[in-house]
Formats: sequence, structure tokens, C-alpha cells
Amino acid sequence: MSDAKAVADRLGKVKRLNALLTPATELRKSLVAQAAAARATGVLYGMPVALKDNICTLEFTTTCGSKILEGYRSPFEATVVTKLKAAGALIAGKTNCDEFAMGSSTEHSAYGRVMHPLDKARVPGGSSGGSAALVAAGAVPAALGSDTGGSVRQPASFCGVVGIKPTYGRVSRYGLVAFGSSLDQIGVFGRSVHDAARVLSVISGRDPRDATCEDRDPLRLPTVPESLQGFVIGLPREYFPSDLDPAVRRACDRAVRLMKEQGAAVREVSLPHTSYAVPTYYVLAPAEASSNLARYDGVRYGPRFDGAPVDIRALYRATRGAGFGPEVRRRILVGTYVLSAGYYDAYYRRAQQTRALIVQDFRNAFDRGVDLLFTPTTPSPAFKAGEKLADPVSMYLSDIFTVTANLAGLPALSLPIGRVKGLPIGGQLIGQAFLEDELLEAAYALERVVPATEEP
Amino acid sequence: MGGGPVGWETVIGLETHVQLRTASKMFCGCSAAFGAAPNTHVCPVCLGLPGALPVPNGGALKLAVRAALALGCTVHAKSVFARKNYFYPDLPKGYQISQYEQPLATNGSLSFLSPERGLVTATIVRLHVEEDAGKSLHDRFPKATAVDLNRAGVPLIEIVTGPDFRSPQEARAYLQTLKQVLEYIGISDCDMEKGSLRVDANVSVRRPGDGALGTKTEVKNINSFAYVEKALGVERDRQVALLEGGSAVAQQTMLYDSKDNAVRAQRSKEESHDYRYFPEPDLPPLVLTDEFVAEQQALLPELPAAKRERFVAQYALSREHAAVLTASRAVADYYESVVHAGAEPRAAANWVMTEVLADANDHQEQLRVSPAALSQLIALVKGGTLSNQAAKRVFVEVAGGRGGDPRTVAEALGVIQVADSSVMAGWVTEVLGAHATEVTRYKKGETKLMAFFVGQVMRKSNGKADPKLAQRVLEEKLS
Repeated sequence: MSDAKAVADRLGKVKRLNALLTPATELRKSLVAQAAAARATGVLYGMPVALKDNICTLEFTTTCGSKILEGYRSPFEATVVTKLKAAGALIAGKTNCDEFAMGSSTEHSAYGRVMHPLDKARVPGGSSGGSAALVAAGAVPAALGSDTGGSVRQPASFCGVVGIKPTYGRVSRYGLVAFGSSLDQIGVFGRSVHDAARVLSVISGRDPRDATCEDRDPLRLPTVPESLQGFVIGLPREYFPSDLDPAVRRACDRAVRLMKEQGAAVREVSLPHTSYAVPTYYVLAPAEASSNLARYDGVRYGPRFDGAPVDIRALYRATRGAGFGPEVRRRILVGTYVLSAGYYDAYYRRAQQTRALIVQDFRNAFDRGVDLLFTPTTPSPAFKAGEKLADPVSMYLSDIFTVTANLAGLPALSLPIGRVKGLPIGGQLIGQAFLEDELLEAAYALERVVPATEEP
Repeated sequence: MGGGPVGWETVIGLETHVQLRTASKMFCGCSAAFGAAPNTHVCPVCLGLPGALPVPNGGALKLAVRAALALGCTVHAKSVFARKNYFYPDLPKGYQISQYEQPLATNGSLSFLSPERGLVTATIVRLHVEEDAGKSLHDRFPKATAVDLNRAGVPLIEIVTGPDFRSPQEARAYLQTLKQVLEYIGISDCDMEKGSLRVDANVSVRRPGDGALGTKTEVKNINSFAYVEKALGVERDRQVALLEGGSAVAQQTMLYDSKDNAVRAQRSKEESHDYRYFPEPDLPPLVLTDEFVAEQQALLPELPAAKRERFVAQYALSREHAAVLTASRAVADYYESVVHAGAEPRAAANWVMTEVLADANDHQEQLRVSPAALSQLIALVKGGTLSNQAAKRVFVEVAGGRGGDPRTVAEALGVIQVADSSVMAGWVTEVLGAHATEVTRYKKGETKLMAFFVGQVMRKSNGKADPKLAQRVLEEKLS
């Protein structure tokens, strides 16, 4: 496909985005070596795929956008990396992200913020902003991210590319540095549905190293359907609130009209517990994170931020205080609080119960004959850098339409459905568990007809 | 009771951690073997490296289920792994994978012989599976703590009793019974010195007749069986002294120091007050099918209590002898092999309880004489070929591996009993001739001297004389 040096050149041209963490010379050298060793018969032979920096690689450091893992080189690689290599793909470096995938703007990286490829004053979304920006800028045809509450779909929407979060358990998490283990899935960015689907197919399937990964064969790619005849698309009314950005609403209306024109039946549905999704998510994800991030203590790996610790508690305090950024510290504190004796029932247990209700909402909709749900991916197009930094809750609300798929473990995809003032707008399709093929068929059909770069 | 303080009742509950006998660790493929060079049995999973994930060890789950069944627990079709969160350098992930709200098994029991109350049944409140932490070595390097993670991730079960023991002696008796059961079913080597069996105790005292329990403390760091009674006795006495002095017992963790035979309160800094348990999201709920549980049940051997009762009934042994013979599965199996090889059950019991166990005691618990050989030896005694005394000499020789089967050894030693009355008559004549005084006394009515004469004949014959024949010949000559 593309030779290694050309790949490195293309990545070098978008340096201004700060999307790539791997130094250019190191990346060039590695790409040349990888290309020489790549399997020529692999289905992704020669395809460069960039990886979010929370996916473990042998070739490059894995920092998760954090100072606490500065210079950390994993002694093993993620299962998805092994699968990509076996398919002949080239690992095209590690991409910048919000620290430990916590954020919606890629401003919370210890290595500086990522610029939106179309407007450097704006954010590319997050937390997988580096991967989204690289694909949007045309530097790579595909990249991997991770999606815990929308961290693939939201930046895909902001940057105008396709982003897929598969069903929980479809792709192995082995080697994905954990944030919220019950929500995390590795997802794929592509310039097109097809590019993203090809990569998803390669990385999907069973892995004996991940007990939460389903014992299933890799996803088989569907063919592009002639029409959407026979598809029933549900429009959950809670995802179209009265204060939705008018341009986003117009773009969604146009997409719905186009799906109808292709033969889809469209019907309004209700997911009544949607308003609880963000608060539920911001209890459960920090709770799991507070435990997942306990291992970064300066004892075994990573930098220590105290030269001569007098006791172990002082070492922990100094290392974790200096090694984690403010957003990560905030979530560790919240997570620790909601799990504490005396608060567990009011927060963690209640959130688990609410999660079950959200799962049931989706089940009810699908049980009533709906195949897929269509929603806006985000309430608005890409916002300006700094706009939401001072107000964490407004930042958290940019995930309002995406967190539900994580809470319910469902596959979901964002694809570009229009632009407003030059900024991309994404539409989201949510499918039934392990029915990614249906999701992809509908996405193919919509992609084919939607004027993705035009104002609605 | 039990030498405890007068006017007080002691209440003890035990939490026992038992290392399961598996080749590999609970959630990764690393070796679980004890004693390797530090940090050599480690991998990304048990080191808790970023991105690594746990996968349950099916073999460990089988052993845990067998333990639960042996203790009469209800094994739950669904149980849930949970994270127990705390910071410590030998806990690489910052949490231990355990079980909390939904343990593997609950509601079992174990009967044991209390030295004070006879047969007592302790409640097994719960039994759950978890992984071990690593080891902190504070004495290896000056002013530094070393961490060895070979043990991190080794599979454990925790067995929690109710507050069912009324003295340190009872606690120890329960532990010995528990150890016996676990060794029988082969799920652990239960070696306290290696740390494969560890005990924490909850201790409180109250006035007899009080319904409510007193404030309890948790006693930790009890490193050997011998210290169980000592540590609990020290803590009981400390609490009684406090209460009698008008103070109150504070709920806290006490560490036992075997050097001083004393307990000290754990510094609050060392204590983790809130483990923030929550379900482990990296592991789906543990679902066990009925077939799986039934398979484990079928694999359970006869348990010590059942075996003891059977020995009493089947071999007409006293309860005490049956208890000695069933103390370990190896000895019980050995005993039954001797019987199956043809030995009379009670004779076999006597031999095993005396010569065999004494020899094993001196030789690292090895049972050095094969059941067939012992059975042959017993037959030689019964048939009059060997005296008991000679047989014991033969046993020692056979145990030492010298000279083949018992008959060959007996021949080589020249201790085959002589049943020829003319030879016997010669020895008797010699003995009587050499002890004229005793002969006179015997004839005057001191018949108890017969034993003396028989002994002398045995000595003269180098143990070859058949004592019964010797006595008959002596009686003839002395009448």
C-alpha cells in the first residue's frame, strides 16, 4: 500500500497538531523495520494504524498522556497490536490523549493539548483526540482509540471521521491500560466506514487473556446493502432535547430523511432513564478508575517524585500528587469517595441499580422491533480550547449522548452527517449487542448518501 | 474452664487463610511454588503492570469447591470476585482480588473434639477464594524494605468461623481438625511455617450468661500452631485485666510477638480502615454448574470423621485407636493396606500405632516398611515363628532396608523361634540349674517367678525360644 517512508512523511506533516507522541526519527526507523517484517498476505498489509497511547506496545513508550508513566515501556504488547501486526498493518506511532483517557477535549494531557485539524483554536474532542485528529488530517487511514464514555465517537464527531465503539467483550482489553474496566472498549477511527470496519474485524474476537472478552470468532465484514429496506430505526426522544444545537438538529433531520428515502422505517422511541446516564457514569467510571490507578505509586515503575522518601506514605503522596494531573486527581477523589464505607450504598450501589435501568431501556426498545437507534453523537460541534476547562460538569455533559452505549455495553458508531460553519457534525447509530454487522450495514447505507461536508 | 480466668467466658472466632495446592497462580500462569529466588515467578499479570488482566485458574476453583464441600458448605452457583483496595508495596495492583458480598460458599460446619466440652460443632460462616499478596522483607537490607512478588497472586481460600470457640485450646483443636480435613482432601499442604496456613482470630470476653458479645479485637501474626494457644491466651488475659481494672477493651488489631509472648496494638497507620470493596470488573461473575460441583463432590475422599467411625465398626477398634490411625490419610491408608494384605485388624492396629508411627516419627514421616512386609511379620508372630521381641528387631532391620522380606531377615538374624521341645528342654535345664535359689522359692509357692524363668530361657536362646512352649516345659520340670 504505502511505503514506510511515505507514511512517516505524512505523519511528519501534521506535527503542528501535537497529535503524535512518538518522536519522528524513532517512528521513521520503526516503520521501516516493521514494513520489512510485515506479512505480505495479511488483510491489512502495509496499512498504517496509529494507536492511542494507552494501548501497550513493545516498539514505543506507553504513557497514557500522563507524567506518572513518562518513559514507560511495556514488556508486553496488547492483543490488538499482535492482531494488527499479524494482519500486516504497521503500527504508526502512539497518539496523544487525555491523561488515562479522562476527558472530552484532549486538553488534559501531560504532553500538551491536541489541535483540531480544521481550526487550531478548537479541540478535537477526547479523550482519543490524537487518533481522531491524525485520521481527519489524512495522516493515517485508521487509528485505534479507547471508548469508556464516548472517547472514540465524540472526537470522531468533532473531527469529521468515522468512529466505532464495539460491543463490550467484542475486542480484547488485554494491554489496554484500564480506566473504567466495565466500560472500556478499544474502538477504531477510519476515514470511511469501510476502513474502520476492516480494522475492527482484525482486532475483534476471543482472547484467553481477557476474561471479559467473549468467546466469539472475529467480526465478519458485511457487504454494502442495496437499501435500508427492512431496517427499523428508532429515534430516542430524550436524545433530541429542545436546547439541542439547531445545526445538529438539522443535520440529524436530514440524515433521518435520507435513511427513510432508502427504505428504512423510522419511529420515535423513549429511553426514559437517559437523564441519569451522565451522573451514573460519573460515579461508576471514577470508582473503577480510583482502583485501577492505585498501582501508579512509584514503587515498581514510572518516575518517583520524591528523592529520599522518609516513609512509604510520603512516597505515595509525592509521586501521585505530582504524577497525576488535576482531572485524574479529581476522578480518583470522587471514585474513592463513592466507594467509601457509609457512601457506597448512596452512590456506587445506586449507580449500579441505575445502570441496570438504562440497560433495560435499550432492551425494551429493541424488544419492540427497533433494530438500531439513531441520535446526534454530541450536543454541539467542536468547542474552543479552554472553553470548558474551568467547568468540569459542562465538559462531562459533552458525553451525554455517548455514555449510554458504554453503560449498556452496546456497539455504537459515529459518522459525519454534515457541517456547520466548516465544523463537522456526527450522527450516532447504536446497535444491539454483538450485532455490529447490522450497525455497519446501516452506516454504509447512510454514508453513501449523506453530504457529509455540506451544511444541512 | 480450661485454666482460663475465673468468672469470664472467652469467645473466639477464626479466619483461616489456606494456600491451595496448585502448580500456577490464581490469575496467571506463573509458578506458585514456594522458595524460589525473589521475583522470579512473576509476569505482567501478577506484577500488576498497566494493561494486564486476570484470568481465573480453573484448577484452583476445583480445590476451593472441594474444600467447601468437605466443610459441608453450600456452594453457590454464582459468586462474585471483588476488589479489596489498600496501598502497600507488596500489593502490586493496589488491590487484592477477593470475594466479598457474594462468596463462593457459605453455611458449613466442622465438628472437633474440644478438650473441655467434648464434641463441638463450629459454624463455617463463609469460604471464599482470593489471591495472596507479595512479601515485604524488612530485615534484608539496612534502612530499606525489599519486596518479593513470587507469592503475589498465589491462590488462597479464606475460611471464616462463627464466634464458636470458648478457649484458646478449643481454637487450636478446631485448627488441627481443619488442617486434618484439608490435608485429607489434598487441597493444601497446610504448612504454617511456609505460610500456607495462616490464622487471624477475633477475641472477646464476657461474663458467663451474658447474651451479648464483648468488644472484640483481631489478633494477627500467629505464625505457628504452637503460638495459637499462647497468643489467644495472652490476648484473653489482657482483656480480662482491662475489664477487671475498670477499663474498656478497644476494638483494634493486635499483633502477636512470639519472642516476648506478648501482643501489641497495630499502629493506626498500619491499619486500613476502609477497603472500599466493589465487584471486580475485570472478571465476570463466577458461575458453577451443578455438574461441576457434583464432579468435585465425587472426587472427595472419605473424610476423617467418617473414616474413624468406619474403623471402629469395621475393625472393632476403640475410638481412641481409630482416631490415632485416621489422624492422617497416609497412615489410615497404610493401616488398611496392612489389613487387606491379611493381617488381623487389631494386631495390625497395635503394630501401626507403635512401631510404624515411631519409625515414621524418626524418619520424616516416611512409612518405610511396606504393608505387605508388615502383614507378613504379623503372620510370623501369630504362627509362632517369631516372638514379639524378635519381630520388633526384624521390623527395624526391614525398615532400614537391610536384607529383604521379614522371613529372610529373621533367618539371617537367627531369631526364628525354636519349637523343638528337646532343644527347649536343654535350655530349661540349663536355666534351672543356674538359678537354684529361685527354683526353691518357686516351689515354696512364689509362682510369679515363672515370668523370670521364661525371660531367662528367652535370653539363653537369643530370643529364638517360643515363650509359650518355654513356659509349658518349665511347668513340667518344676512340678
